[in-house]
Amino acid sequence: MTEQPMVRFDNVSKRYGALTVLNGLNLEIARGEKVSVIGPSGSGKTTVLRMLMTLETINDGVIWVEGEPLTHMQQGGTLVPANLAHIRRIRAKIGMVFQSFNLFPHMTAMANCIEAPITVLGMKRADAEARAAELLDMVGLSQKKDHYPSQLSGGQQQRVAIARALAMRPKIMLFDEVTSALDPELVGEVLQVIRQIGREHDLTMLMVTHQMGFAKEFSDRVCFFYQGKICEQGPPGELFGAPKNERTRQFLHAVLEAG
Amino acid sequence: MGIRTLVAMLFVSLAVIAVLATQATYRLFLPGLLQGAVLTMEIAILGSLLAVIMGVLAALARMYGPAPLRWLATVYVEIFRGTSALVQLFWLFFVLPQFGVTLDAFLVAVLALGLNVGAYGSECVRGAIQSVARGQWEAGTALNMSRAQMLRRIILPQAFIAMIPPWGNLFIELLKSTALVSLITLSDLAFKAQQMNQNTFKTIPIFTLVLLMYLAMSLTVSIGMRLLEKRASLGLARGKAA
Ligand SMILES: Nc1ncnc2c1ncn2[C@@H]1O[C@H](COP(=O)(O)OP(=O)(O)OP(=O)(O)O)[C@@H](O)[C@H]1O
Ligand SMILES: [Mg+2]
Repeated sequence: MTEQPMVRFDNVSKRYGALTVLNGLNLEIARGEKVSVIGPSGSGKTTVLRMLMTLETINDGVIWVEGEPLTHMQQGGTLVPANLAHIRRIRAKIGMVFQSFNLFPHMTAMANCIEAPITVLGMKRADAEARAAELLDMVGLSQKKDHYPSQLSGGQQQRVAIARALAMRPKIMLFDEVTSALDPELVGEVLQVIRQIGREHDLTMLMVTHQMGFAKEFSDRVCFFYQGKICEQGPPGELFGAPKNERTRQFLHAVLEAG
Repeated sequence: MGIRTLVAMLFVSLAVIAVLATQATYRLFLPGLLQGAVLTMEIAILGSLLAVIMGVLAALARMYGPAPLRWLATVYVEIFRGTSALVQLFWLFFVLPQFGVTLDAFLVAVLALGLNVGAYGSECVRGAIQSVARGQWEAGTALNMSRAQMLRRIILPQAFIAMIPPWGNLFIELLKSTALVSLITLSDLAFKAQQMNQNTFKTIPIFTLVLLMYLAMSLTVSIGMRLLEKRASLGLARGKAA
């Protein structure tokens, strides 16, 4: 028996009115796999992550997580749209880090990291704090745990956001251009943390990125999106080294031009 | 206006009252007016409390409630915003008894003013909730929080700060509209003033004192709201201080 994929997009479409953003997307991600998503602006990369995080509804198809439907539930042998309880049960396996951090500004770094473990998982405060302290230490911010987001640099805020997401013990982590809002000199510290959690945690990772160097070095597979479809995908060596598709070549060329 | 200016103004208005009270023509009216001022404050405080409760409930019901609650809240807001506080006072005090429901004048005053201002307040609660960045809801969703948990722990604490200045305005509006309750037999500050004026024709001392007393009360509200705002935004503003 082959292992269930961790995530499976099964013929998923997303439309905003007349605009079709994703058109019959099929994508499987294996347990522990690190997948990078690249592509031009507006090609639907963010939308893929947002649908998986249930921040967007889908118009067609089914998204599966560990063999269970996320967007739907089984009822009498057929799939019906999922209710909130079902969505929350499956969604518990997924965490997301945003381009704009989205930390809770009225809470310290520590409070950001223990909020959901306490309110959602029902953890004891002491346990949640111990776990959060470990994670903040891992992202190099044990000194800053009592700081509010407004007292932290962008890179520090993003590292808190990563710790906050990990505190919920997700199996799947989504990263949407998590370094795009950062000053260039802060990009490295965040990528370093992502590298580390990729090594130390048994996580399946799906990340949208414009850091081609990082995608090349870090991911097992790179997907090139173009106009709401996966135009080409493969191991980074192949996709960056010898792209087969003309669009991919043009895109990579343009990105390299820009530096 | 800075909080220091407000405190200075409050101090000056109280000092002027104290100085004027050294003169017999003014001192004469002080006890009666103070009595009225106490009633005014009682109505204003209880009315404000009711307004906050109604404002928050109506806003939450309209934004997140099931259809019947949403409908009920909309009807409440439109009725109490769309008719004047005076008409509401009269209706509760003079019309309701015709249907066999007689309420105490004080209760009517608190109800009418609280419900009236609460209807406006619900709009400012709604605005404040909507002013919280969408990314905050999304972060909550990504942490698998329920909508109620997000509201309680993330959205409302942030909206609270945005609500303070508009609520300050509403409290002052409410304070001023307490003058209407003299029309339903209550001896508030405005009523006492009119009564004394009719009996003595000492218009200048009476209405000078009344003016200063209302001013002192509304300045107190303004100062209180500023302090609250400062306190509530402590965490958010800290970055600058550190
Ligand atoms: N809420 C929305 N309403 C209407 N159109 C939307 C909405 N969100 C996204 N879109 C459209 O969907 C398309 C895909 O958007 P998406 O954010 O997924 O692109 P992207 O690949 O992440 O782009 P970028 O690299 O600029 O972040 C775009 O054309 C965008 O304008
Ligand atoms: Mg995007």
